[in-house]
Amino acid sequence: MSTVSEKILAAHSGHDEVHPGEVVKAEIDFAFMPALTAALSFYAMYDMGIKKVWDSDKVTILLDHIAPATNITNSSLHKECREIAKEQGLRHFYDINSGVCHQVIPEKGHVYPGMLMVGADSHTCTHGAFGAFATGIGSTDMGAAMGTGKLWFKVPETIRVNAEGRLPPRVMSKDIILKTAKELGADGATYCSLEFTGSTVREMIVGARMTLCNMAIELGGKTGVVEPDDKTFRFLEGRVKYDYTPVYSDPDAVYRKTLEIDGAALEPQVACPHAVDNVKPVTDVAGKAVNQVFIGSCTNGRLEDMQVAAEIMRGKRVHPDVRVIATPASFEVYDAANSRGIIKTLMDAGAVVCNPSCSVCFGGNHGILAPGEVGLSTSNRNFRGRQGSTESQVYLCSPATAAASALTGIITDPREA
Amino acid sequence: MMIKGRAWNYGDDVNTDFILPGIYLELTDPEEMGRHAMEGIDPEFSKKVQPGDVIVGGRNFGLGSSREHAPIALKHSGIAAVIAEGYARIYYRNATNLGLPALECPNASKEIKTGDTVEVALDKGTIIVNGTKTLSFVPVPEFMMEILAAGGLREYIKNNKARW
Repeated sequence: MSTVSEKILAAHSGHDEVHPGEVVKAEIDFAFMPALTAALSFYAMYDMGIKKVWDSDKVTILLDHIAPATNITNSSLHKECREIAKEQGLRHFYDINSGVCHQVIPEKGHVYPGMLMVGADSHTCTHGAFGAFATGIGSTDMGAAMGTGKLWFKVPETIRVNAEGRLPPRVMSKDIILKTAKELGADGATYCSLEFTGSTVREMIVGARMTLCNMAIELGGKTGVVEPDDKTFRFLEGRVKYDYTPVYSDPDAVYRKTLEIDGAALEPQVACPHAVDNVKPVTDVAGKAVNQVFIGSCTNGRLEDMQVAAEIMRGKRVHPDVRVIATPASFEVYDAANSRGIIKTLMDAGAVVCNPSCSVCFGGNHGILAPGEVGLSTSNRNFRGRQGSTESQVYLCSPATAAASALTGIITDPREA
Repeated sequence: MMIKGRAWNYGDDVNTDFILPGIYLELTDPEEMGRHAMEGIDPEFSKKVQPGDVIVGGRNFGLGSSREHAPIALKHSGIAAVIAEGYARIYYRNATNLGLPALECPNASKEIKTGDTVEVALDKGTIIVNGTKTLSFVPVPEFMMEILAAGGLREYIKNNKARW
């Protein structure tokens, strides 16, 4: 009577069964760090008296948040990361020609069902979309995890989000997770695993499931999880070199609660400033003028996200008062979008297409908002000042809503575009 | 372990971008991070804070990023502890791992005002406000207390390799 999360933690800590609230010491299968947290993590490991990572095939660094470097401070950090990777003999290292960690890690075959993964980035919960237990940790925990191959975990309770029915046209998985944020609140899943189930989720491609799991942390979640199926296995085929055993929740597994979402009746949703749970249907926010539209990030920078934006923007021009920044999440996405003419469509419409990186999302790379400006973003956080000035505002939405709004200059219902 | 200082109350939902904005994530020097602590919500904070001061929060303190830069910045600004009604889990772990107490105290943000003097007795589980009012905080789990007592997870692992 266990959930996916409980089974993975039990299997990795030498127990037959574990229960919410128990603290276990578990074996890690893979650990990764973006540049911004990598150096601090290695300083922590060295301070622990550990010179080398526990397994050079299972630890990686990705230069993703800022790419290419924008000043001497971050170029020096990138240089330090490259040197650490060499000194440590890391078998995998992803330089600025790779993309956002949460997109690159699955593409390069580091994620598989049933695994236990840690990342020094809060959106590591994204990888639960492949039936893994994946959670974000800080630098000191990362120092311990990569130095010893082990870390302690409190077994989380699981909250189920069950979505049923076929999503209407131009309603996306992002709208489900924004609706979930509204219903549960920004601390509604603190220290819980969020498990996404139901026919709506089963219909989704894995990328759309990644969007759901990605934002589990915005509700305080320790991880997000989707049980694997044929779609998962097809994505992983040819990428993963490990044998793996998929894990599923038992029919009598115990959930703290279940949130039911009617997928067929769902409208596009928008998270308004300055909280992820300040969510309204797009029809309530429509008409709000925006200065910048960002389509990208680990939440919504995948091929299907670029595709839906291109469909809406094809043959049209972005509003003259709006700048649009579209950033594919990885080079694989970039390349595929280019081959399919998606990049050209976005450029023809007037969008600035950037190389893969975390881009506008976190306010430390490019696309910084000036005082008084309003950003509409497909990313995951809209804290005050997140994308620039503390006097700017960020609204969060799906790629469809972002693209429709880019054409009009005001927040627009994508079903009308 | 005794902590005594002034309180700085920032209410509910103090997120990691408030504690250290994203533009400073490229920093690796703790002292420099400390100079930008709380800049996302109070740009003058680092000029006002004194060693031993405590931050007070309401619900969901530290929500958002996994950036350990946030508690590092607080610690190196001089902050000796955070007292809040609840924490986001990554912040809680990060702070504890650094040896910076994250104390959970119901109604903290209503009972303690900016400028109040607070005395925290970690071993007794009490917080005395302005020498008169006594509050209690939720006992720190034993394992976490061991990490705090060691001065953080680095020192704990260094000294307890066999047990890890």
